[in-house]
Amino acid sequence: MSDDTAVALDGAGLPLIHARGLTKRFGAFIAVDAVDFDVQKGESFGFLGPNGAGKTTAMRMIGGVSPVSEGTLRVLGLDPATHGPQIRARLGVVPQQDSLDTELTVRENLVIYGRYFGLPRDECKRRADELLEFVQLSERANDQVDPLSGGMKRRLTIARSLINEPDLMLLDEPTTGLDPQARHLLWDRLYRLKQKGTTLVLTTHYMDEAEQLCDRLVVMDKAKIVAEGSPRALIAQHSTKEVTELRFPVGIQETLDGKLDGLAERIEWLPDRVLLYANDGEAVSVAVHERGLRPETTMVRRSTLEDVFLRLTGRTLIE
Amino acid sequence: MTAVARILEHRALQYRRTFRASLFGSFLSPVMFLAAMGIGLGGYVDTTGNAAFGGLTYLQFLAPGLLAATVMQSAAFESTFPVMGGLHWTRTFHGMYATPMSPLQIALGNLAWIAIRMTMVATVFTFVVVLFGAASSPLVILAIPAAVLTAMAFAAPIAAFAATQRTVNKFNAIFRFGITPLFILSGTFFPIASLPAAIQPLAWLSPLWHGVSLTRGLALGTIGDAPLLALAHVGVLSVLALGGIWAAARTFEARLVRG
Ligand SMILES: Nc1ncnc2c1ncn2[C@@H]1O[C@H](COP(=O)(O)OP(=O)(O)O)[C@@H](O)[C@H]1O
Ligand SMILES: [Mg+2]
Repeated sequence: MSDDTAVALDGAGLPLIHARGLTKRFGAFIAVDAVDFDVQKGESFGFLGPNGAGKTTAMRMIGGVSPVSEGTLRVLGLDPATHGPQIRARLGVVPQQDSLDTELTVRENLVIYGRYFGLPRDECKRRADELLEFVQLSERANDQVDPLSGGMKRRLTIARSLINEPDLMLLDEPTTGLDPQARHLLWDRLYRLKQKGTTLVLTTHYMDEAEQLCDRLVVMDKAKIVAEGSPRALIAQHSTKEVTELRFPVGIQETLDGKLDGLAERIEWLPDRVLLYANDGEAVSVAVHERGLRPETTMVRRSTLEDVFLRLTGRTLIE
Repeated sequence: MTAVARILEHRALQYRRTFRASLFGSFLSPVMFLAAMGIGLGGYVDTTGNAAFGGLTYLQFLAPGLLAATVMQSAAFESTFPVMGGLHWTRTFHGMYATPMSPLQIALGNLAWIAIRMTMVATVFTFVVVLFGAASSPLVILAIPAAVLTAMAFAAPIAAFAATQRTVNKFNAIFRFGITPLFILSGTFFPIASLPAAIQPLAWLSPLWHGVSLTRGLALGTIGDAPLLALAHVGVLSVLALGGIWAAARTFEARLVRG
């Protein structure tokens, strides 16, 4: 470890990630456009945004595998342009696409990965068994990787990313494509890591994932950060307490022009439903019926990050 | 160096599963080739008393050439599909890049593994050549490094190219229009001297011809007859191998950085 590495890691109070005007260009195309954020030690920080927002690109710059085009980026106090290998030595990365070795067994995948961090073979084996226990894959230790389910592969990738006892974990869409049960199992493991004080940075386009796991998040859209805060603060700031969702029989929604005016603070018209934003959703639904309107279904729910995103961008997260 | 050693450890662990079958294949292939062509076909060639082979039996002529041609073919295979696998199919090379490994080290480590594999193939092949009594000089032992150098003159540039590809479509072209014609036309099965004089200089363009000339000169002990020519062969092959390594370092980096 070089001297400035030691200084950087000791620097108390320094954010683990510090980005100012962080930009990534592919030719003329701008994938990440001058974003600012800091991630503190012990924090669980998220990038929430739809496909193509630039989340992976940002994560790869933080991960020290993709050069910054413009702006300042410090990871663990170090500049990825000059200290890429030193930074990567202290990170645990769960990439969007799995990169497990299908020619090796589950356990061998962990052991050989530890070797890349310069760990002694015995230590790799000890940690591998411990981590397999943690991600509940001990029974599959000597199995091949290919027959594992998607959720198991994701858990194995998480175990692999922990083999070097990282200071900072980067998780790019950790549960995308998994069924609900597998997602909950994964969230549970990530929640435990968070409880242990591991600093997590994750990307997602699931608002429930962001709400479950992130202390603080930035909402990304079209290469830019459009909002920042805790899930609760973002909802308080950009949405009402409750939302009343109305679904009308086919063809009726188009005839409602003006008939809902004044019922809520804000109204969003989606192709298949209407969202009425107000702090008392029950009162809204009563008022709708008093106006003689007969929606097929009426649902009152709390505002979510989905509503925040809709408010900020005019679009839904998952299209 | 330790970075390269880690990749070798990884590749060796992968290889452990297919080790026996693979080595047996490396043994069986020269046995069949030399029995069928060296002895079987050679029986006819030798009775016609073809002076083109300069007093050698056909087996003696063929065996060292086939050594170089075989490692060329294996090297081409090892530097195409496994590279595509590491960069696109399993993405294990991206996994390596998320550790302190650099793209240069990832390229070097994987090329070093190919060199080790080719040393195995060449050693088994040379053993079979000696077993068939087709070597007439103890220098035949040096045919092993000569064959590995030939292999790397192909493996490094081909791996560099493979890292630029998203699909295997062009790999078929490499084999069909590159490897197979070279295999047949580079002095492996018949002397270049028996080609029309006008096209003989074209042999210089074939890296395999340089390799075949070296392995044959070493197996027959005639390498000392033209030492400068031998050096030229080594030079051409080294330039290709080193140029290929340089190119692979660049194309691996471009691909790994792109994601
Ligand atoms: N290597 C690359 N070359 C060119 N364009 C890229 C590259 N990587 C990503 N992009 C583009 O950058 C934008 C953001 O991509 P990405 O960061 O993957 O978004 P997200 O992870 O939020 O879905 C997309 O339009 C994508 O096509
Ligand atoms: Mg992504």
